[in-house]
Amino acid sequence: MSTLSQALWVLLLGSLLGLELIGKVPPTLHTPLMSGANAISGITVLASLTLIAQADGNGALLLLGGLSLGFALFNVIGGFLVTDRMLAMFGGRKSGSGG
Amino acid sequence: MDFASCAIDLVAVLLLALGLKGLAKVRTARSANGLAALAMGLAVAGLLLQLQPGPAAWLWIAIGAAAGGIAGLITAQRVPMTAMPETVALFNGCGGMASLLVALGVALFQHDQTDLVGRISIDISVFVGAITFSGSIVAMAKLQGWLDTPDWTQSAMRHGLNISLAIASLAAGLALPTDPAGWPLWGLLLASTLLGIGVTLPIGGADMPVVISLLNSYSGVAAAAAGFVVGSQLLIVAGAMVGAAGLILTQVMCTAMNRSLLNVLFGGALGAKAGGSVGGGGDEAGYTRIVSCSPEECAMALESAERVVFVPGYGLAVAQAQHALRELSKLLEANGAEVSYAIHPVAGRMPGHMNVLLAEADVPYEQLIEMDTINPEFPRTDVVIVLGANDVVNPDAKTDPTSPLYGMPVLEVDQARQVFVVKRSLGAGYAGIANALFELPQTAMVFGDAKAVLQQLCTELRSQGVGARARVAA
Repeated sequence: MSTLSQALWVLLLGSLLGLELIGKVPPTLHTPLMSGANAISGITVLASLTLIAQADGNGALLLLGGLSLGFALFNVIGGFLVTDRMLAMFGGRKSGSGG
Repeated sequence: MDFASCAIDLVAVLLLALGLKGLAKVRTARSANGLAALAMGLAVAGLLLQLQPGPAAWLWIAIGAAAGGIAGLITAQRVPMTAMPETVALFNGCGGMASLLVALGVALFQHDQTDLVGRISIDISVFVGAITFSGSIVAMAKLQGWLDTPDWTQSAMRHGLNISLAIASLAAGLALPTDPAGWPLWGLLLASTLLGIGVTLPIGGADMPVVISLLNSYSGVAAAAAGFVVGSQLLIVAGAMVGAAGLILTQVMCTAMNRSLLNVLFGGALGAKAGGSVGGGGDEAGYTRIVSCSPEECAMALESAERVVFVPGYGLAVAQAQHALRELSKLLEANGAEVSYAIHPVAGRMPGHMNVLLAEADVPYEQLIEMDTINPEFPRTDVVIVLGANDVVNPDAKTDPTSPLYGMPVLEVDQARQVFVVKRSLGAGYAGIANALFELPQTAMVFGDAKAVLQQLCTELRSQGVGARARVAA
């Protein structure tokens, strides 16, 4: 039972950390922050990899895992890139502004 | 788990937390995003080292990674900035789907290796994952205009339907631990998918960003549940972190939009029920004192104006008129006018969206003024030009307690000496409410597409010699 209680502690402390991390957010950043947090939630890619690696040659499981990995990575890669695209425009105005 | 993997995981969690924190500050946001991406890569590499997948597994990892990675790459590069809310919704739905598929795989083929806790985790992962997926897809379709808000979803019946679906999910969820691969799994999947649709469909487009933010939080919860299913502490902590942070962000957004979360979720579409209160829910018959004017007249007013404020809204972005707007403001500046842009916290389709769109058109950041700063400035403003914004400049929000918008902070453009509203027609705003601003004596409507009108204004000003001096000087 120790692994369960350990996992529950991790859950609790992770949630508390998340509550504290974001306090006051300027409205400018709401959209990029949402998009960035969304990319991080694609961390479930780890679960997809675990499923594939432990499939023991079960074809259906490999297929499900592969599909799941595709969805998760779509979320991760797309999410981080699109966030960067948005934030790059904020950065660009400092160096190349004036126009 | 050996020491090296443990160390990698700890570093990854630390970097993810720092990344999330940095994303909330303007100066650090971009590097923080990179840091979070690095952390994710580190976590994946660490896990692969630890799992040592066989050849068949590597093949499927390569297939999945290539498909998802390339699709993500293309989507991220191609998608227009105006479509950002629906893009986030799409990505988010796919994250939920990924957690759902993992739980499904374990439930169907590895349930003999799971204990009660594992099976409860499967319950949660399927339930939250399915809601995240179907809800996000509905949100995306509504923002794209593929789905309307059906009338029946505004009746009280929807609560009954959703409660039945929630009870069905609960029943299936309770039965699942004893029969993990049978009907309870499919029942749970079906009921929670429908529940995601049933909860999201009645919500109006104006509130959709809040819903997407909430669903974003759910996908974190789904990831944490998947972490319990496969036994990954890193996944649990990261999922919980994003889930909690998403909840805070949702709250922050609700505050910015002056809406309560409960009202957004269960109140139905804003304006849909309150249509009769102001001028008949936005059909043209509701207006009686409309003055319209031509771009020429508007240009004349602009030519003599010393202080001009633009109020950009989503309509501006739809018309792709940011660049034409920038052109016009350069002309006005050359003419000696002081130009600024009034940014309502929810301008665009979600908070911060308009800042992104204007940054794309190279509008200097210093000219974007937030609502609280610019409101006291309106009385000494000569000309305000409202471009595709509507509800955020509605004076009823301050003065008319019967208006559904009452209490929402708005840009007080009615205080300015002259207001021009550029609009395609007298149709209602996003919230479906008539706008008292249009009938004020100092307001004139300039009907037309925002981009075309702005270009006409530029031409007109140039023909009056504005900007010529600047060109001669250069």
